[in-house]
Parts: sequence; C-alpha cells; structure tokens
Amino acid sequence: MAQQLTAKEPTAEQIAEYKIYREFGVSDHEYDLICKFLGRKPNYTEIGVFSVMWSEHCAYKNSKPVLKKFPVSGPHVLMGPGEGAGIVDIGDNQAVVFKIESHNHPSAVEPYQGAATGVGGIIRDIFSMGARPVALLNSLRFGKLDNPRVKYLFENVVAGIAGYGNCIGIPTVAGEVMFDESYEGNPLVNAMCVGLIDHDQIQRGVAKGVGNPVFYVGPATGRDGIHGATFASVELTEESEEKRTAVQVGDPFMEKLVMEACLELIQSGIVLGIQDMGAAGLTCSSAEMAAKAGNGLELYLDEVPQREEGMTPYEMMLSESQERMLFVIEPQHEAKAREIFERWGVICAKVGKVTDDGRLRLFHKGEVVADMPVKALVDDCPVYHQRSEEPEYYRAFANVDTTAFEEIADLTGALKKVLASPSVASKEWVYNQYDYMVRTSTVVRPGSDAAVVQVPGTRKALAMTTDGNGRYVYLDPEVGGKIAVAEAARNVVCSGAEPLAITDNLNFGSPEKPDVFWQIEKATDGMAEACRVLGTPVIGGNVSLYNENEKGAIYPTPVVGMVGLVHDLDHITTQEFKAEGDVIVLVGETRAELGGSELQYAVLGKTEGRPPQIDLEVEARVQGAVLEAIRQGLVASAHDLSEGGLAVALAESCFGRGLGAVVNVETSLRADVALFSESQSRILLSAKPEKADALVALLAEKGVAHAVLGKVEGSDLVVRVNGRDGIAAPVAELQKVWKEAIPCLLKN
Amino acid sequence: MRFAVIVFPGSNCDIDCYKAVEETIGQPVDYVWHTATDLSAYDAIIVPGGFSYGDYLRCGAIARFAPVMNEVRKAAEEGKYVLGICNGFQILTEAGLLPGVLLRNRELKFRCHPALLEVVNNETPFTRDYAKGEIVNIPIAHGEGNYYCDEETLAKLEANGQVVFRYKAGENPNGSVSDIAGICNEGRNVVGMMPHPERAVSELLGSSDGKRMFTSVLSAWRERHGATVNG
Repeated sequence: MAQQLTAKEPTAEQIAEYKIYREFGVSDHEYDLICKFLGRKPNYTEIGVFSVMWSEHCAYKNSKPVLKKFPVSGPHVLMGPGEGAGIVDIGDNQAVVFKIESHNHPSAVEPYQGAATGVGGIIRDIFSMGARPVALLNSLRFGKLDNPRVKYLFENVVAGIAGYGNCIGIPTVAGEVMFDESYEGNPLVNAMCVGLIDHDQIQRGVAKGVGNPVFYVGPATGRDGIHGATFASVELTEESEEKRTAVQVGDPFMEKLVMEACLELIQSGIVLGIQDMGAAGLTCSSAEMAAKAGNGLELYLDEVPQREEGMTPYEMMLSESQERMLFVIEPQHEAKAREIFERWGVICAKVGKVTDDGRLRLFHKGEVVADMPVKALVDDCPVYHQRSEEPEYYRAFANVDTTAFEEIADLTGALKKVLASPSVASKEWVYNQYDYMVRTSTVVRPGSDAAVVQVPGTRKALAMTTDGNGRYVYLDPEVGGKIAVAEAARNVVCSGAEPLAITDNLNFGSPEKPDVFWQIEKATDGMAEACRVLGTPVIGGNVSLYNENEKGAIYPTPVVGMVGLVHDLDHITTQEFKAEGDVIVLVGETRAELGGSELQYAVLGKTEGRPPQIDLEVEARVQGAVLEAIRQGLVASAHDLSEGGLAVALAESCFGRGLGAVVNVETSLRADVALFSESQSRILLSAKPEKADALVALLAEKGVAHAVLGKVEGSDLVVRVNGRDGIAAPVAELQKVWKEAIPCLLKN
Repeated sequence: MRFAVIVFPGSNCDIDCYKAVEETIGQPVDYVWHTATDLSAYDAIIVPGGFSYGDYLRCGAIARFAPVMNEVRKAAEEGKYVLGICNGFQILTEAGLLPGVLLRNRELKFRCHPALLEVVNNETPFTRDYAKGEIVNIPIAHGEGNYYCDEETLAKLEANGQVVFRYKAGENPNGSVSDIAGICNEGRNVVGMMPHPERAVSELLGSSDGKRMFTSVLSAWRERHGATVNG
C-alpha cells in the first residue's frame, strides 16, 4: 500500500516538466532558486517542504519589508518577534508572554474547527515559551448578519472558540466583533493568548547540541491540514470548499494534557529547545529549530506516530494535525521526559537527532527521502517588494464632506439605530458562551474597554484588549493604522493600566494588487509611528494576506492586541457610572469627523470620506493625564470614545448599573455631528463630587482639553446640546435595544 | 481538616478549588490524582469542574470509572463530605452518588455568567452558614447543566429536602427540572451543584457568596469532631 501511494507521486523530472510546483504556489523563479540551493531538482517531498516554508504564512515574503518598520525593542522587552511569542518584563522576576494569530481561511470553509484550532495554535505558541496561558482574546469580523451564511459562520466561529477555550480551561476574557459587507465570504478570526512566566523559565525553539535526540509529543499525525499554510496564502475561491481537508480538527482535551505535560517537562529544567508544530507542522518546527541553533536535523519518519496506514513522507511533513510539539533534550534525560508524558497519557516518540551539517535530512524505510539545506528553507526565500499604488477611491474620498446630509432631528432615534448596529450592540450573546472566569483571576470581565486579569499572588494585574477598525484603515490606511494602536492603548489606560507592548495581526487582501499593497504600506507606517510615540513596541504577530472574495479585498484590517500593566489592584477602573451625583467629564476635543463612523454606516448607509484624524502627541498626553488621574484615585469610571462617539459612550456608561445621566454639551458643531463624531483621543470620565475639582485641575495642569458635561442622575439618559433638547430616553429602554440586537438578528 | 481536590485528565477548576479552600478557610488541601486508591487521609473531597476525559462519550461517563472514584464512593459511605461542582456534579450523578443526570442546556449553548440562586436547604454540611431562602450570587459556566430526573425521583428529592439550590424564579439558565441548581444525597454529606462557589470567594472577582460553602463544611466538621480538634 505504501509503495503504491509513493509510486503515485510525480518524479522530480515530472515536477519540472509539468511545472507541478505551481500548484503549490511556487513560482518559476522560486523553483529555479530551489534547484540552485539543492544542486538538483527537488523531489515531491522536497518541493512540498519548500513550498510551505516559502509560503507567505511562514516566510513573510511579501510583508518582510513592511514589518521591518515596527519598533521591536524597549526597556521592558525580554523577547521580540521571531520566537513563538514575545515577552515583556512585569517586574518581580515575572514576565507576560503574548501573541495574536489568524485562522481566517480555515474559518471561512469550516468555521467551528477553523476557529477552534486557531485558539489551540495560539495557546501552543504561549506554553512552548514555558509560560502558563492565563487568558484568551479574539478579534472577529463577519459580513452583515442578515445573510444566512454569515449567521452560520458567526455562530460556529463563536462556538468553536468557546469549545476549545472552555475545555482547556483558559478564560476567554475579551475581544471584539464587527460586521460589515466587506468581510462577507472572508471572515476574520484572530485569536490571542496571554501567558505568565518567570524569567528563568523562558524557553526558545532551538535544536541545540549536536547528537541530541529530538522528540515528538502529542497525538499521532494524520492526513488533516496538509498544506494549510499554503492554503492560507492564496485567495479564497469557490474551489476553496474543496480545500476543506486543509482544515485541521482540534482536540482541546488532548491539548490540555500536552500543555500540562510540556509545562511540567519545562519546569523540570531539562529542555534545551521546544517549539509547537503549527503551520506547516513537522516541516516548519524542525527546520526553524535547526536554523535558530545553526545546526542540522535528521528525522526518522518511520518513528513518527501515524494515525493512518501508508502515510508518505510528504504527508507526514506537511500534515497540520493539531496539538503536537517538538523538543530537544540531552540523551541522559530521556527516561525522565518519558515518565512525565506517560503520566499524562501523552505519546512521546524519539523521531530525530541534531546534526552539525546544516541539513534537514529525512529518512523513511531505510532511505534518505529528502535532503535540504536548512538555511535555504528558513532564510533564503526571496523577499518581494510589491508595487504600491494609491487607489482611485482614496483620492475621490478626499472631496467628500462627511457632514453633508440633512441634520438628524431625532437624535434619540439615531442613538437607538447605532446601539442596535451589531458592531456596537452588546456582545453578551457571544461572550456568555465563553468561560471567562475559570482560573479565578478575571477581575474585569468581557464587555469592558479592556479585560483585567490579576497576576496570582500579587497586587498587580494585566489589562488586555484587541482593537482594529477596518473602516478607518480603508478610508485612510496610515491614519487608521495609528488609530488601531492608539485606541488599544486608550482602552488599556481606561482600565487603569500602563500600556506595555502590542502584538499585531495584519489582515489584508492580496499583496500582489498594487492598491492593496499601498494599504499595507501605509497602515504599517501609521502603526509603527503610533507604537513609537506611545512607547509600545511590537513584540510579535502574524500576517494574513490574500483575504479576498469574489467582490475583492476585505477592508484592510490590522488588529492590535495590547497588554498593559496595572501596578496596583486599586487602580482598576471600569467604564460604568458608579453613583448618583458623580460628575461627568469629557476629555479631548470633538471635531466634525464622521468618515467611517458608525452613524455614517448604520444610519446613512455609507462608508466614505476621510476617517477621524489623530495627533499622536495629543493622544499620548490624554492617556498620560487620565492614567495619572486614575492612579491618584480621582476617577470613578473611564470609557474610551470609539464607534458611535459621545452618544454611545454615555449610553454604555449608563448601562452597567442602570444609572441615568443628565448632561449638556457646549459646541459649535451641529448637534448630530457633536454627539456621533468619532474624533480620537477622547475619554469619558466620571468622578465623585468631592474629587471632581481635583480631576479638572489635574487635566488642566496636564494641558488636556476637557469639559464638565453634567452628572450621573436618575434613570434616564438626557443629553442637551447647547442647552437644547437632544437625546432623552430611559436607560432601560436604550439598554434593551442594545442588548437584544444580536440575538434578535440571529433569530430572524 | 484536610481536603482533597481530585484531578482527572481534563479537570480545569482544580486550581480554583484548591485556592478557594486555602484562601477562605486556610485548611490543608492536596491535589489527588485520578489513579489514587486511598483517600483515608481526607475529611472532605472536592470533585472539581472541567472537562474530565474531554467529556467524550458523555460528560462524567468516563471519569466514573477512574480508580479514585471507588474511594470517593467509600468516603461518601463513611459520611465524609463530598462536593461535586459542575463537571464534578456530572461525575457524581454518573457514579450513582447522586440521583438524576445533567443534559445539554435547553438552548444547546455553553453559558457563563453570574447566577442568582435560592438556598433551599441550609441543613447540609456545605450550606449551614446560609439562611434558608437566601438569594446568593454564584456564577455558572456549563454546556450541560440541565438537571433532569423522573417525576418519582423529583418528588423524593423534594420530600427529603434534597434540593439544595434552585435558580432564582424566572432565571433558570439551562432548563433544569424544578429550577434545580444543586442537590444532595439522602445523608446530606454529598452535594452536587452546577454553579461554581469557588469562583465566588472575593468581591474583587464579583461575589463572595460562595465563601460560606467552605466555612460551612469546616464548622460542620469541627462540630462533628468536637471542640477539642484544632483544624
């Protein structure tokens, strides 16, 4: 049987003659390079290995030039990009480890498993560093919820995330979900994991020590997920359904056992190098571990645990079966390692050896079936500087006046429409399916600006959030990129934390299209600058390109995952108004900025013009002042102004405890513009009456624009503009609209 | 007083239960592996939540065959205190230590949120520090918490005062018969419940209403062993 299957594989000659490599996404030029590195034509296994290692997903061949722009170091950064996840010092010999990763394409064809294995993969990235995963987050984008396919994708992605995270026992504490036609057929599913580690436990994925054995851990390898990395690096088409076999199947129970066993192994102190088998499975993990150590690696494929009979070297190397890890130890520790895995009931097999010749050499049935230079696989993939061109739509939008519509008279009605827009509406339907409390450290739960998770046994906590408004980035990638970082930092600050660093997931269309590449270039320019000004380096991330469907590229959607440090539990601040009589203060300036706003989308049915502008120096000043005020104990509640502007921020601040508010906004703008503008660098605060003067004085001293709007009062939200009636409605009524919107859309 | 927290492959609330015992009553507590064959050193046994054996086949259905379950059964027969929380409750029903079964939630979705419970029976070792009829806030997090038993069993449960907690009227989150959130055996020493008291032991985490489950069992144990025992 095995002979037959092997015999079916094309020969090296046939691969060359019929250009079979093209089916793997390898270009003629790349094929020639591979031949040069090998000194001969690659066989079927070798071309398979090269194709995944040289895919965008593994090699970043289109995105490397833009990723270089990101600041990646800082005083607290212990490990930047390049390993499973980045690491930031949080003091007392502890550090936080985090990373975000996408599973967009798998989720588009098989939403439950696609999302579930996305969660599983990012968890492995964290514990492979030696860290204990303590929280999960996600960032999701779907088409409009009136489409049955979109509902199916939404329901199953959420169920998949829940299924995996709940079972493995890591709380899913925060996330964001936005809906827009642009994501129809190509949803975005980005998952982030945060872990804690002691400095002396930090691991790296290196194959150290010539002659040392290489071990495989986890369930047996099957034929699932073959070529997943390549699949992730092409556009989705109708044929994508046929690639369903490129989607893996997750087993969170197995991952729980693998995780506990690996953490115990790491704690025993015998691990020299460990890495998860993620994209491109055995191929990527073995090649990268060898490359990072400057060594070579031999793999004996007959020893690889196999789920099916007659698996070929090609299938074993390219399988993306889940929950598998690779590690290197010294030979004398083998018995100890085996004892740990046996106790946890996890398969552990010796499958290879570290060598000194810089080759990745594969043996199968007594023969060398592949022999490739590690460096060529990992470092020598050509890097492409794609052509960039400013798109026509961008020029046209420069002339759009986003306030050129008849003034909205019914502001309460407009607020209800915006609150019912699924992107703004309560996500309770989503997060109530996630166990966000397990591990009993979740202090601030989902539904807040940022979640806050206590660092066990300390007075410290971590604030975490994911943010990225694709509409803003579409309208102006550079400004949108800045806003993605700034908003994430603002959310973290509002919860009482000092922003530490970010991980990013760059979700874009095909880089081979000049207007898409222009979006990538500009957005990353903006993100890099914001990271520099706000002092939050990029410690790792992921790139997901080719997010397209029949109608074209998705909105460019860089997602920022940010983690901040709460220095003392007393600083933890939440968004809801706390008590009758508290004084409400708006920090920041409001301008006529409705481009890409929720009002424009939900009420006017458009997305056009320029997005809100942002001055990063002002942003930094606002965040600094608010964090200082929080630390001085002057702030009762803090809420970032984002989608839906001041009107939505006021309403959401009322919802938490069902308290009302009576405010008056003094402005030179039209009332509808003032209430729904999405001007940046704004935060809504409330303070106890006796603290209000001190708060206002501090804001003035820090040179930050601010206005006292009114008071927490009664059970209605009453918003006047220049003394004239604007919004007036019972909080309970607004909350009902906001809370029932998503469940209601799903039922229809 | 010494506590055991049983660890099955896939248990994931074991750490939380351990922490809750330590932090609320400061009593010695050990993790006890599913393969253990001796629980004689323990006065109380907590079967924690999670997804034992991945909940494959049916929740709790594989865990009941773990070697440690014979010891849990023995401990229950000896009158020792046994508390099954969430998956632990499911396991106790599968093991026959408590009547009934836990079905999938009425809406077929996992649900995690704070829940208001009525203390129906405050005469069990785990609930004596609550007032009868008191409403407490203890969160739920489960996909299969829909308690079911036949009418005869239900009548017996009611008659014997074996219903320990009910979801507050009108707030049944999962379709349980008679709004049941937790029950006990006839001897009152074995309690199973879907809500997580170990997650409600500090105001910082949203509620401390679960604390009294732990203080209750400590005082019950002290009473049983006389005032001379220091624990």
